[in-house]
Formats: sequence, C-alpha cells, structure tokens
Amino acid sequence: MAAINRDDVAHLARLAHIEMSAQELDRMAGELAVIVDSVKSVSQAAGDDVPATSHPIPLRNVFRDDVVGHTFTAEQALSGAPDSEDNRFKVPAILDEA
Amino acid sequence: MNTDAILSFEEAMEKYDPVLGFEVHVELNTRTKMFSSAPNVFGDEPNTNVNEVDLGMPGVLPVVNKTAVESSIKIGLALNCKIAESCRFARKNYFYPDTPKNFQTSQYDEPIAYDGYLDVELSDGTVFRVEIERAHMEEDAGKLTHMGGATGRIHGADFSLVDYNRAGVPLVEIVTKPIEGAGSRAPELAKAYVAAIREIVKNLGVSDARMERGNVRCDANVSLRPHGRERFGIRSETKNVNSLRAVEHAVRYEIQRHAAVLEAGEPVIQETRHWHEDSRTTTSGRAKSDADDYRYFPEPDLVPVVPSREWVEELRATLPEPPAARRKRLQADWGYSDLEFRDVVNAGVMDEIEETIAAGASASVARKWWMGEIVGRAKAADVDPGQLGVQPATIVELARMVEDGKINNKMASQVLDGVLAGEGTPAEIVEKRGLAVVSDDGPLLEAIDAALAAQPGVADKIRGGKVQAVGAIVGGVMKATRGQADAGRVRELILEKLGVTV
Repeated sequence: MAAINRDDVAHLARLAHIEMSAQELDRMAGELAVIVDSVKSVSQAAGDDVPATSHPIPLRNVFRDDVVGHTFTAEQALSGAPDSEDNRFKVPAILDEA
Repeated sequence: MNTDAILSFEEAMEKYDPVLGFEVHVELNTRTKMFSSAPNVFGDEPNTNVNEVDLGMPGVLPVVNKTAVESSIKIGLALNCKIAESCRFARKNYFYPDTPKNFQTSQYDEPIAYDGYLDVELSDGTVFRVEIERAHMEEDAGKLTHMGGATGRIHGADFSLVDYNRAGVPLVEIVTKPIEGAGSRAPELAKAYVAAIREIVKNLGVSDARMERGNVRCDANVSLRPHGRERFGIRSETKNVNSLRAVEHAVRYEIQRHAAVLEAGEPVIQETRHWHEDSRTTTSGRAKSDADDYRYFPEPDLVPVVPSREWVEELRATLPEPPAARRKRLQADWGYSDLEFRDVVNAGVMDEIEETIAAGASASVARKWWMGEIVGRAKAADVDPGQLGVQPATIVELARMVEDGKINNKMASQVLDGVLAGEGTPAEIVEKRGLAVVSDDGPLLEAIDAALAAQPGVADKIRGGKVQAVGAIVGGVMKATRGQADAGRVRELILEKLGVTV
C-alpha cells in the first residue's frame, strides 16, 4: 500500500488550488493510495527489457519550421477574459510571486 | 524599505569565501515562438502576437520550433557542452497569471546541453574557467504590470494587467555549476561571465542579446563559507539582475549582507531576493520552495528531441570563431600592445579596424585613423564610431595620399571632415579645396633660407651636431607655408643645406 497521508493530500490540494473539507481530505488520502497502487501495477508487466518512456508513440523530432502563422487580434485574445483594460487581461493582484 | 545590515566588502573577504552560481536566461531571436507560430517580436501592441497555443486554450497542441532547437544546440556547443542524444520537455506546474496554461513548458531532467565550460577573461587578462552544468530549452512567460498602489510595485497593487506577447518566446537557460575560488574577484567575475554569455549568443546570431530589453537576464546565487571549509553555506538567489553593472553590484551586496548575517551568528535564509537598482540593495522575496512543489512531469503533448550526431556536427561547422579566440588572433596579427588592443576593444572599433586592414591599410594606420581621428568625432556626435559611416576604402585612400606625400596628416584630417560632410571622395575634396603639399623645392628653399636667417643660433647648433634642433627650423618653414609643406622633405633640405649627414 502506497503511503499517502492526509498531510500529503492537503499539500497537493493547496498546490492545485483546490479547497477540500476535512472529510474530503480523509477520504482522498485513502483513495489516492489505492489509485497510486493501481498505476504501480503497470510496472509489474514491464520486464527489464522494456525501457522507461514518457511517450507511448514511437515518434521523435516533430518540428515546425520557423515561419510566422496566424495570430489573434487583441479583441479576439481578450474575448473570453472575465475582465480587461488597455487591451490587456486584468487580474487580481497576486502577492505570491512564482 | 531595506534595513539589512552589511559588512564592508574587505572585512567580508577576510572572513569568508564566496561561492557563486548563475542562471542566465537568453531569449532567442527566432521569428516565431517556441511552441507556436505566433511572431516573436518585441514592443508590439499588447496581446497581438498571440494565438490559441500561447493563451493556453483547451485542446491546443504545441509544436517545437526547429530553429529554436538549432539555436539551443549552437549555444550548447559554444559553451563546450555535450549535446544530449535524446531529451524531452516537462511541465513545471504553478499558478500565476503570467502563465495562462498554469504550467511552463521547460526541459527539466533531460536538458539538450550539459557538462560544458566557459573561460572568462577578467580585466587584467586573468582567465577563470566557469563550469556549465546545463543549458536547457524553455518558454518565456507573459508580462505583468502591477497597477494601483503608491509605488507601482507588486506590494500595494490593486490589480495587474497582463500582456501575453512574450508568453512562449523561446528561452535557453544556462546554469553554472557552483563557482569556487573567485575570492574578492567574485563581483568582477560575475559581470565578466554574464558579459561573456551575452557576447557569445550575439556572436552566434541566436539572440539580440539586449539586456535592457530582457533578452539576457541573470539570476545570481551567492553563498559564503568560512575560509578553509569545504561545505557550502546557504545561498540566496537574486532574481532578474538585468544589466552588467547590476550583476556586479548585486553579487557584491549579497556577499556583504550574508557576511553581516553570519557575523551576527544567525543563519542565512535560503530565499529569493529582489534587486533594486536605485538603492543598490536587495530585499527579501519569497522563501525558496522545494523543486517538488512544481510537480514536474514529462510533457505528454511533445515527443522527444533526438538530435542526430550528423545534425550536431553540421551545426558545429557553422559556428563562428569564439569571441575570445578572435580577439587573441587579431591582436597577434596586428601586433598591438595589450593596452592598445584593450583601448580598441573598449572604443568598439575592433570590427572597423579589421575591415580597414582588409581593405588594404596597415594595422598601425588603421589604428591611427580609428582611434586618433574617428573615435573622437563619434564621441562629439554622441554616436558609435561605426555609425559615422566612414568607409574602409576612404581611410585607405587618405593614408595612401599621405604616404605619397600628396597631403600631410593635418590636411588628411580636414579631408576626412569633408568626406563626413558629404563633399565627395578624398580625391575630389583635395582637388576642390586646393589642398596639396608644396613639393617643389624652390619655394621651400626660399622659406628655409628665411627661417635659418631668422634663427642663426639654431642653425649653428645644428651645424655643431645637435640635429634634434632642426625641429625649430622645420616649424618656422611650416608656419611660413601655412602647413602646406611636406615636413619630412623640409627636414631633409635643411640638413642638406647645412651639410649635416644623419
């Protein structure tokens, strides 16, 4: 059984900006452990001759030539924004700088 | 308001040994962005160089810019790095409005270039080797402007405005290994290192390398340890130090600040610091979060980048001569002293002198014209010497006229003024202005007789063997001919007349 405790879940929830109640944290701690274990079972199917991969498709070097394509107008770019000013997206001041 | 105590730099150096580390971000000058075909252009109207990929719309797919990969490989090669046989991108997850996707696509565990070095030359010629840990590809973020509040800084701001034109611009982040042994030259080395990186990417043609536009940005890591101790101290990371001068100042300041903290018996806090150009100090940003907090994982929408060895060698063959090697070669070829050459480099006329020599001038003539005539005029006009538009062929022509005795140096300088004023070629100006050295000996001999008669004492001295006294007579002749005589010929004639052989 993977060791995922309530603090781990609370930490992840904070990083993911998801608000969770005490009950949800308890429940998720148990469920996440099961999920991780289930995913882990994949490694049992892979023998030593199967290299680790981050991509299931055997493709590499998919490139684009450096040629300018289409762009949006500022109006189009901002059309889905909740708020804007001076052709820019307007967002709440955020102190926690990334 | 900054209230951090600092120690004098000298005292800090007496007690502690600084260890440095740099992360330099280089914006590539590709036509389009790293993962989208939107244009990579600085200074356009906000949110006009964006498309659905840059704005992180649902369901869009990034596609890697081949030219950006080539530029990254070139940077890796220029930094003596190994180029990965295979590498990939990852997602760096964080929430901040500069990144509309809520993650930055960046290389993480598999950089395209790694294990290199750069030999950095300090002002006195000392060469310091900086080991390069890695150079990896990533994308730039959008630009936030904090509005409201009193200072325009983030603290006290009411809201922020975001322009995503910069979002997705290709970046190469160059990370050094810890730099030990710089001692009291650490601030100077910091500046020289960033200058060297800037010079290299400019020379490669892969970046505009303009620091004032943020094309090259430096994060400087500083830690101190007592002399003789091997284990590193706790470091601070000063972010976005964006001029060469600021890099030097920021490293110096952080050394002084750390030293004061340690002297007070307190631990240095591992944190981000913000550099303030006005007060030349740093202030605390945020405590450094664990790398795990970014929850990096392989980018599922991009396939691995696998540069074939043939491709890498093709790119290697296109690399220009490294700037430091070129300087060394040119100085040797031209036979300039260290001081002469440094003056030429500092005046920014190395390329111009090289072109002038290629056009047929000797190295000393090229230097005399650029350093003696053109640099001063450029300074007066407040432009770069190259911007005056003096053609190498013009200098060659002027020098030839002087050499042939058609005009003297003083006239040549006047002719150059005429060329800059757009009056025509040197030959045309000489013709138009009626400039010509008087070379007919007849009038010269008359003037010499007059000058000797005017200064009989000097003539006796010369007859008596004090040849250097001839200058006074030459001066008299030059004055009488209003500078139009060939001073060399005048000297010969005087000595001949007085029967002195030299």
